[in-house]
Amino acid sequence: MSQTARIQKPRFNAQTWIILAGIAIIGSVAPFVEPTLVGQMTVFWIMVLLSYTWDTMGGQMGYNSFGNVVFFGIGMYVTAAIQVGLYTDLGTYTAAKGGIKLTLTLGQYFTGLAIGLVAAGLAGFLAALLIGSGILGLRGHYFAIGSLALGIFVAELASGWELIGAGSGLVPPLYPGVESARSLWLYFGCFALAGITFLVLQWVYSRRFGLALNAIRDDEDKAEAMGLHTTRYKTIAWAISGIFLGVCGGLAGNFFQFIDPRDTAFSGATYGVWMVLMVVLGGKGTFWGPLIGALLFHVFKELFWSYLLGLQYIALGLLVVVIVVFFPEGIVGWFRERFPHWFGERVDPPPEATAADPVREPAE
Amino acid sequence: MSTMLEVRNCSKAFGGVVANHDISIEVREGEIVGLIGPNGSGKTTLFNSIVGYHPIDGGSIRFLDKEISSLRVPNIARLGLLRTFQQTRIYGKMTCMQNMAASLPYRGEGFAGMFRRFDSGVADRAEELLEFVGLYSKRNLRGGDLSFGQQKLLEFAMALMNEPKLLLLDEPTAGINPTLINGLIDRLKRANEQLGITLLVIEHNMRVIMNLAERIYCLAHGELLAEGLPEAIQNDQRVIDAYLGAH
Repeated sequence: MSQTARIQKPRFNAQTWIILAGIAIIGSVAPFVEPTLVGQMTVFWIMVLLSYTWDTMGGQMGYNSFGNVVFFGIGMYVTAAIQVGLYTDLGTYTAAKGGIKLTLTLGQYFTGLAIGLVAAGLAGFLAALLIGSGILGLRGHYFAIGSLALGIFVAELASGWELIGAGSGLVPPLYPGVESARSLWLYFGCFALAGITFLVLQWVYSRRFGLALNAIRDDEDKAEAMGLHTTRYKTIAWAISGIFLGVCGGLAGNFFQFIDPRDTAFSGATYGVWMVLMVVLGGKGTFWGPLIGALLFHVFKELFWSYLLGLQYIALGLLVVVIVVFFPEGIVGWFRERFPHWFGERVDPPPEATAADPVREPAE
Repeated sequence: MSTMLEVRNCSKAFGGVVANHDISIEVREGEIVGLIGPNGSGKTTLFNSIVGYHPIDGGSIRFLDKEISSLRVPNIARLGLLRTFQQTRIYGKMTCMQNMAASLPYRGEGFAGMFRRFDSGVADRAEELLEFVGLYSKRNLRGGDLSFGQQKLLEFAMALMNEPKLLLLDEPTAGINPTLINGLIDRLKRANEQLGITLLVIEHNMRVIMNLAERIYCLAHGELLAEGLPEAIQNDQRVIDAYLGAH
């Protein structure tokens, strides 16, 4: 066995790759099998993205953040502002409150989008780095409250800033091609980004970085006493999720085709809370938990919105109560408590007879 | 032997409570030094001051000829001055092997180092040290699932994994089954002799500290009461009075 495999169960073994390949095939075929649900499936991959990026802080590192939605919203605005700003004056465009229709060629559209998404990732990264170095000195509940306030603060800021449309919001440029093509490439954009995010995050967790985050989660004082650069790790962890949240926001803004500062971009009460719920439902800090959580949550949410309209928030609230009461560790965590050997936790016999060792403690 | 840790006239008060007053101690390279004293005499406060857990009110603390009294905990730990906790602290939701790998030294770690894979030999070293403290068969169990005594041993192994130059142990035998204490004393001595780790040990168990330490400092009421060889301390009337509560 390799050194790493002896330290922790490998994240990617043959079985994992087979499951991932299965998901990749289903994900690639699904929009052609069920074209009417492409929009739904796009939202699903956005949810998966939100859930895995939240898990970096909330699950792996144990810092419950209600402010991740900030980077999502920043990504939305940055992408849309660049898409518009490259070809016309942003101030005039937003001042017209949707009155100006920007007509672009396909080439112009995708150039703007590509530059916008790269800038969104960078903006998410820098914002997380900057905000993180400011508020990551807070711990536990104090960080949770601080990050919650952060989301509200940024939403207010955006709804007062005329250049990006203030309270009237911002409309990304219209796609110059046919609508069905638009929804398809947006679907595949979100799907691919979710895949990349998943792989990058798991790669990061399999390095020393991952164990350092877990150490901070389990006992930050101990981690400090062992010489770990806790603030540096925390800030970089947030900045990594900030990159993917930023790009994800850029795609989501183009998917929604309208960016409202409070209801889409910096919506703490919807996306900001949903990302937490999905991870808690699936299992914080687990490999598949965020995916399972996102799937179940999305399905339940859509069912509530379709069949219990008017009562949907009550039903969603009940779902949250059921999750917290019956699955405090999430679904994967529930299995881990009951079947720890599935996760590689077991007692091994010693390599050779050293039974006379006086320090070896009898089983208690 | 050169001086490794030098505490000069160190004082620390919490509000009106003077926990440490004008304390001077010295630990030389390769030694095992004991720190004893009745409950509330300021031993743990002194430890906390040394490792940078709180600022001191006055005096100086030097480690390897470097003033460390204004450095913070992780910086001091990276210099090679490590402590274990009286209330054992391990990473509860990680397996013992992960606990060990997370305890690798962070000395000189740069940005790229954060994303490094585990060097070859890390698992070997972790298994070796877990074997050393007798936890090899439990290496894939979560730290939090171990008994308190086993967690103490794990914490000790983690400290060794960090390759400290000086290790401050806060009551290493508290809560450990008496039949295992001899084994632990033996481990501490071997860590000192074979791994070259200097030890400063707080201990309430007199039999343990008399067996282990080469020199002993005794604190009482926040002040340094006596210092000397174990036999001298054992027979010092002031020490006996402090422990028995004479005035």
